[in-house]
Amino acid sequence: MSDQILNSAAATDAPLAAGDTDAAAVSVRGVNKQFQTATGVVHALEAIDLTVSAGEFVSLIGPSGCGKSTLMRLIADLDDPTSGDLTVFGKTTTQARLDQDYGIAFQQAGLLPWRTVAANVALPLELHGVASADRRSRVANLLDMVGLTEFADRFPDQLSGGMQQRVAIARSLAEQPRLLLMDEPFGALDEMTREKMQTDLVRIAADTGAAVVFVTHSIPEAVFLSDRVVVMSPRPGRISQIVPMQLNAIDGRQERSDNLREESSFFEMVTEVREALHGGASDSPGDEPRQARGVDTR
Amino acid sequence: MTATSANAIVNGRSGTGARRSKGWSPRTESTLRIVAPISFGLIVLGIWQLLVTVGGVDDYLLPSPTSIVAELVEFWPSVVSATALTGTNSLLGLLVGSLIGILFAAISARWRIADQMSAPIVAALAVIPIVALAPVLNSMFGADSQFGRQAIAAIASFVPIFINTLRGFRQTKPVHRDLMKAYAANSGQMLKSLTLPTARPFILTGIRIASSLAVISALVAEYFGGPRGGLGSLIATSAASSAYSRAWAYVGASIALGLLFYLATLALERLVLRRVPTGGPR
Ligand SMILES: Nc1ncnc2c1ncn2[C@@H]1O[C@H](COP(=O)(O)OP(=O)(O)O)[C@@H](O)[C@H]1O
Ligand SMILES: [Mg+2]
Repeated sequence: MSDQILNSAAATDAPLAAGDTDAAAVSVRGVNKQFQTATGVVHALEAIDLTVSAGEFVSLIGPSGCGKSTLMRLIADLDDPTSGDLTVFGKTTTQARLDQDYGIAFQQAGLLPWRTVAANVALPLELHGVASADRRSRVANLLDMVGLTEFADRFPDQLSGGMQQRVAIARSLAEQPRLLLMDEPFGALDEMTREKMQTDLVRIAADTGAAVVFVTHSIPEAVFLSDRVVVMSPRPGRISQIVPMQLNAIDGRQERSDNLREESSFFEMVTEVREALHGGASDSPGDEPRQARGVDTR
Repeated sequence: MTATSANAIVNGRSGTGARRSKGWSPRTESTLRIVAPISFGLIVLGIWQLLVTVGGVDDYLLPSPTSIVAELVEFWPSVVSATALTGTNSLLGLLVGSLIGILFAAISARWRIADQMSAPIVAALAVIPIVALAPVLNSMFGADSQFGRQAIAAIASFVPIFINTLRGFRQTKPVHRDLMKAYAANSGQMLKSLTLPTARPFILTGIRIASSLAVISALVAEYFGGPRGGLGSLIATSAASSAYSRAWAYVGASIALGLLFYLATLALERLVLRRVPTGGPR
């Protein structure tokens, strides 16, 4: 049922994606971010270097408070770094935001409660002047994809948390962005919906050629989705290791399916990421049990 | 997610809305809600009538309900025209006060400096006694102008609407502001798609509070000169000529007018908020 939108997305996006493929989707150079709080300075991010190529799927994983959301907000130009440089498709993050180069889904669904489900998904299209007939058909396709067609006319407070999150995901895909920023978007979903959404997301990303920066707590989720998994450690927030997922060369992404979850290479990768997470902990010995907290090793 | 489980969620939500007390059926309860105050009012009127006719309370001191009704019938055309006049003044004042209040709140929410500048002015407006302002405005705009009264109603409505709307404008959630920023929404889109809808319940509450104030102040302003013919000036002249039953008849009409304004704005609030969820604290 999601094929319609995927095909149309791939067709319309082909020339766009060819625009400036040489520029990395995201480039982060020597970025630091500190917050001044009442109790002192919080080093949310320290010396972050990261490049996400166009079309690449990168997950950020690490315990709570290691700066995953902060890094994503910097890329989205919702916050400014204390020092360092960030570019998105070779432009400043502000320019990329103004050009609508990315779609975003937050940890909270963030739906507007006075808008129906359909009107919430239509919001970005409306703000950017998409004609109403076009808007309607795109919204219908997106709702079909997240399985909420029959809830189009409901208001968000009539939906469960997981359903609201699916609306938010549909909304982030509405403009078929070249870059998707997602902050633990599947956290509120039950395991079955979660796996279905993961499979859908992999297909959408492959079909539209979108690069994805995906924040998660779950190691298997990161392994299943990603080309590379960025392992972070807290206080200060640092990248402790970047683990490439050999099983997922970009050309192989199309074939990534639920079977993958049962392959031995999948479990090897899960183990590797887990070790990277714990290895990060051994850097600062006194802190070991705290580091692992908040990471879901299911 | 299957349709049935989803429906269960939806129905579950609406099911919690039907709260009942003391085991009455909702029908009985809503009937009671109307019948109880009406019967209470009738009992009070009955006792009042008895006190005046049998109990020996002086009719001059406290007119009986029947004599008030008799005056009401006798002077009906004048009651109607007076109510229309005062009602029009109140309504114009309420409309203008609402528009200016919402506009100023939008400006204050947008520019901090405007907020700091307007705060003392609004505080001053809030404490201006109508009795002080009415004679000044009435003499400023001449003896045959309704403008002074309308201006007073507008000033009285402005304050609660401004304060409530400004509070409403400050209720936008960080995640919604981030979202609008991520969409590169301009300030007009921000106002239309986020700030105004967020403030909607607060604006409506402000208007409801202002509606009664508009009627009271338009009415009281009539005590201090200006053209005759409104409820306020007729109450004053009837009382001055010791026609207390007639004065009470006009008082009754004033109460009815105030109630009408209050109920109309309450209905507006209910109607708008029932059709569009507010997303308030859940
Ligand atoms: N606006 C802010 N003000 C102060 N401290 C903040 C702010 N945002 C994040 N932080 C702090 O920065 C650190 C990283 O936070 P965050 O990026 O949300 O972590 P994560 O998403 O990995 O759980 C935390 O210690 C958090 O308390
Ligand atoms: Mg976070």
